[in-house]
Amino acid sequence: MTFDAQTIKYLVIDILASTIPLATPLILAAVGGVFSDRSGVVNIGIEGMILIGSFTGVLTSYYTRNPWLGFLMAGLSGCLTAWFHALASIKYKANQTVSGVAVNIMATALTGFLLKAIFDRAGQTERVVKLARWTIPVIKDIPIVGEIIGSGPPPVYIAFIVVALAHIVMFKTVLGLRIRACGEHPEAADTAGVNVALIRYGCVMMSGFLAGLAGGTLSLGELSLFKEGMSAGKGYIALAAVIFGRWTPVGAMWASLLFALADAIQLIAQNWGFTLIPQEFMLMFPYVVTMAALAGIIGRSTGPAASGKPYVRRGV
Amino acid sequence: MSKNGTGRRRSELLVPLTAIFVGLLFGAVLMILTGTNPLTAYAALIRGCFGSWADLSETSVYVTPLIFTGLSLAIAYKAGLFNIGAEGQLIVGMVAAAIVGVAGTGLPRIIHLPLTIISGALAGALWGAVPGYLKAKLGVHEVVNSIMMNYIALYLSHYLVTGPIKDPKVIAPYSREIADSAKLTRFFGGFGSSYRFNSGIFIAVAAVVVIYLLLYKTPLGYEIRAVGNNPDAARYAGISVSRSVLSSMLLAGAMAGLAGAVQVCAIQYKFLDLFAFEGFGLDGIAVALVAKGNPIGVLGSASLFGILQRGSQMMQGIAHVPKQVAGIVQAVVVFMVAAEGLTEGWLRIPGLVRRRLAGRSGREDAR
Amino acid sequence: MGETALGAPVLEMKGITKRFPGVLANDGVDFTLLKGEIHALLGENGAGKSTLMKILYGLYMADAGSIRVEGKDVEIREPNDALRLGIGMVHQHFMLIPQFTVAENLVLGAEPTTGGVFLDMKAAIKKVKQVSEHYGLAIDPTARIMDISVGMQQRVEILKALLRGAEILVLDEPTAVLTPQEVAELFTIMRNLRERGKSIVFISHKLKEVTEISDRVTVVRRGRVVGSVQTSTTTVDALAGLMVGRAVELVVEKGPSNPGDDVLVLQDVYALDQRRLPAVKGVSLTVRGGEILGIAGVDGNGQNELVEVITGMRRATSGKVLLKGTDITNWDPRRLSGKGVVHIPADRHRHGLVLDFTVAENMVLQTYYKPPFTRGTSLNWDAIRHEARRMIEEYDVRTPSEDTRAGSLSGGNQQKVIVARELSRSPELVVAAQPTRGLDVGAIEFVHSRLVKARDEGKAVLLVSLELDEIMALADRIAVMYEGVIVGIIDRDEATEEQLGLMMAGAAGRGGR
Repeated sequence: MTFDAQTIKYLVIDILASTIPLATPLILAAVGGVFSDRSGVVNIGIEGMILIGSFTGVLTSYYTRNPWLGFLMAGLSGCLTAWFHALASIKYKANQTVSGVAVNIMATALTGFLLKAIFDRAGQTERVVKLARWTIPVIKDIPIVGEIIGSGPPPVYIAFIVVALAHIVMFKTVLGLRIRACGEHPEAADTAGVNVALIRYGCVMMSGFLAGLAGGTLSLGELSLFKEGMSAGKGYIALAAVIFGRWTPVGAMWASLLFALADAIQLIAQNWGFTLIPQEFMLMFPYVVTMAALAGIIGRSTGPAASGKPYVRRGV
Repeated sequence: MSKNGTGRRRSELLVPLTAIFVGLLFGAVLMILTGTNPLTAYAALIRGCFGSWADLSETSVYVTPLIFTGLSLAIAYKAGLFNIGAEGQLIVGMVAAAIVGVAGTGLPRIIHLPLTIISGALAGALWGAVPGYLKAKLGVHEVVNSIMMNYIALYLSHYLVTGPIKDPKVIAPYSREIADSAKLTRFFGGFGSSYRFNSGIFIAVAAVVVIYLLLYKTPLGYEIRAVGNNPDAARYAGISVSRSVLSSMLLAGAMAGLAGAVQVCAIQYKFLDLFAFEGFGLDGIAVALVAKGNPIGVLGSASLFGILQRGSQMMQGIAHVPKQVAGIVQAVVVFMVAAEGLTEGWLRIPGLVRRRLAGRSGREDAR
Repeated sequence: MGETALGAPVLEMKGITKRFPGVLANDGVDFTLLKGEIHALLGENGAGKSTLMKILYGLYMADAGSIRVEGKDVEIREPNDALRLGIGMVHQHFMLIPQFTVAENLVLGAEPTTGGVFLDMKAAIKKVKQVSEHYGLAIDPTARIMDISVGMQQRVEILKALLRGAEILVLDEPTAVLTPQEVAELFTIMRNLRERGKSIVFISHKLKEVTEISDRVTVVRRGRVVGSVQTSTTTVDALAGLMVGRAVELVVEKGPSNPGDDVLVLQDVYALDQRRLPAVKGVSLTVRGGEILGIAGVDGNGQNELVEVITGMRRATSGKVLLKGTDITNWDPRRLSGKGVVHIPADRHRHGLVLDFTVAENMVLQTYYKPPFTRGTSLNWDAIRHEARRMIEEYDVRTPSEDTRAGSLSGGNQQKVIVARELSRSPELVVAAQPTRGLDVGAIEFVHSRLVKARDEGKAVLLVSLELDEIMALADRIAVMYEGVIVGIIDRDEATEEQLGLMMAGAAGRGGR
């Protein structure tokens, strides 16, 4: 194979065009994670919420043949799942990591159980109606850019809108100020009259909603079916993207894109038959850079001061 | 004061027990909703575990790794850490054992077998030491790093088993079978026996005893527990917090690594490519939580969850209930033990009902 | 204080009772605040002052009692209710978010918006400027909290309350973290606010400040009101009597000191604080065997950091620490412990005890690894329990057994566990930081007598206390620390409270280093 300009161009377009859809579920879930973490609740359960969302989406589309309703239900089911996590972490002051783990165990088991109980199949569901691709009129005609983002599954575009909205909410609105206050110093927020519990419930459930949409993206945007364990660790990569993106929606988006790029390079390299770097090392990339970021090797990442700590008004 | 003490102890047992009861109940409700009789199903579960010698033998195979990973989580829990990384530590333990089990071919068994098992433990310890070190030296929270280490282990093992350590004689991604001198004894029949009951469970029980003694009878255990309860006071008293954090993560990793080594030396005899995590690490969380971090308790709760998992496999075969019921019960248990306040609230319900009833009858009496 | 034209009651709290597990924090407390007065709520640490005010602010719910604001019965369930009623609070630990700007902190919870949704920072900054000019409290609205001084942070807290339209202002121990100059400034601000008709509750345990600033004083002791008087009609002595419920002076029975050789010698020691700012700036002093050296000073003048340097918890950036001639600078706590340095830390819950450990386990926190407590590789529980029982006996620790959780003991008995553990380790040097904070009188006397006993046995004792009374009662020599420097060392017999007070406030002392 020769590397003339044309080949390189195809290669680059191929990689970038696969990066965007790969990044989409990560972006949605990571933006959710930003909300949860910023309000002071660590959400390890994102992985499970994605899984629940992808199953519910397919289930809804299966019965109603309406993939959009399915996509919405994916979000809502993630939201409901998150409510359990919120209840345990906020009201009952549970260890947030443990509660998140419970969500993940439950999601794997419950979707597997229902898959057999409802579809009477193991492994995966049958095919359902998926979300029709969108084509964006003007953009699709731009050379190169059009080939990359000119058309795609709707969640791709929704994800970028979500990032913009999340950025505005977090840094330009009253709600955002209060959310950040709850994550940094809940007692200060409380004494200023901010309802810490309410904000935290809202953020955790928003995180669940977006994780659910991420699940819907996997099962109704890209594929048209549910596979057991199809979240495949995307929730944890999203968690990494939250950290690597320094707890901001835009940062989380860039981190998701970077992680997806590594994934895309790995996939394309396989397709093109390159073996310079073993694919596994590309797959490790998100985890290694996140650890490096946490250790301060690549910049310094420090999260919200009160994240992970239940808020209790102090005694005597 | 003493009343407070007994109340604490009472709820320490009652909360996990209630959680297990509610978990089974929740599973039963799901079965009814999907059209099965839960009694038949749970009967099948019990029969599947204890129905025959073969069943008992298989149950022990399920229990063994849970004891190890439960211990792994328990040690970390005592040091105030959450070792969600047992999963990855187990994988590197399996890989190390698979490598040494082959590489040491020709060594006498008395050397080769311990060497293989110990190399698994060491690999796990090394894997646990990374988040431990980052926590001890840089104060980075161990949970996120442990999760990252899990995935790094998964991909690393995939790389090794599809390349460097792959058995060239087969197409499937397996490592070569370890030498007989590195295999643990199967008690009924030889290495190929279908009764997989093996000496691994004795190693697990021994580990329970060792960890118990270590935590409660040695200065190191004292340090780990002091740091877990109050790192500031420990530091003021001259205890090295970073050393305790690091040594507890080393130990925790070693336990998870042992789980992997025993799986290879007693069950699989080789490393099989993993497409996803096996879940022993997550199960260990449930085991350690129900045991409240007590090593002796780990023995009991590992048995319980092992039975649940083995039984659910059989339940699926006999009563056609998806085996995932086990996971569902486990999730409910973890959730309820974590949200202790919730469970304690439920515990009060019988009392409230009794009082309500008593109140009503009281009024009736008055009338 | 001249024109104490007292108005109508703006706040009446009646029969307030609040119980925490094991503590009756408020026991039928009555408290009345009049319009336009500064009313001091005086009491020792742990007397129940803060609890009462937290109930007023909706952070706790009272178990019994009623609250009236401007004549109307009210129910205050959360801080928002209090804010609506015009009650503002400046907490002892500031409720400010370090990463936020002054303006962001000030408007949090009542943010100006555009369209009801978007944060209007311009309006916020303008509003902050307005209010700060109105009250003469200059502040930079765009500065981040983490970058401004403690005095400024307190100013932000006061502004926060005023911005919310507070008519009643509660200041919880506001002077504890301030320099004397800042205290003077604070008092000016308070008088200013009073002139504008605000009513102020001033929580304090410092008699001089109370008599200086307040119009009336309500004294609380062990959760009950023991007196409520016009400040002008009372004296420091009388207030002190009310506050502690016994003779004014702490009297500790002790003979003359009999100092021996130098035990601890500090030579020009420097150290940084948590924020990496200089906290100890060239301290030199000597503590001899058989004497108690007291370090007096307002909280936050480097005493904590100095203690931490001596006990190995903090690095000295330069200078030398010598123990009986051996250079022990920057040794770790375990090595120091082996050399005979023992430490009664200021915060016994955080630093002194492992609350979930038993009394016996706590008794060997430094010595568990040594014989006879460890034999070979294992702990010798018989020896540990035996030693614990001996110390329980000797130090009169009231505990059901040595296997009781330390966390379930009373504060006084917890402190006895620490004192027993530390003094039983045959020390050369005893470093006692705030050893009686929050204890009842009986426990205080016990701790004092044990420190004197240690002195009489020829040990060197370094006592750090924020209570001047305690220093005066115990110390043989007194060093005063101000802004990281020892401003003077004087013999107890030559010291007067006035002189020490001046030195603590930074006025030049005498004697040298």
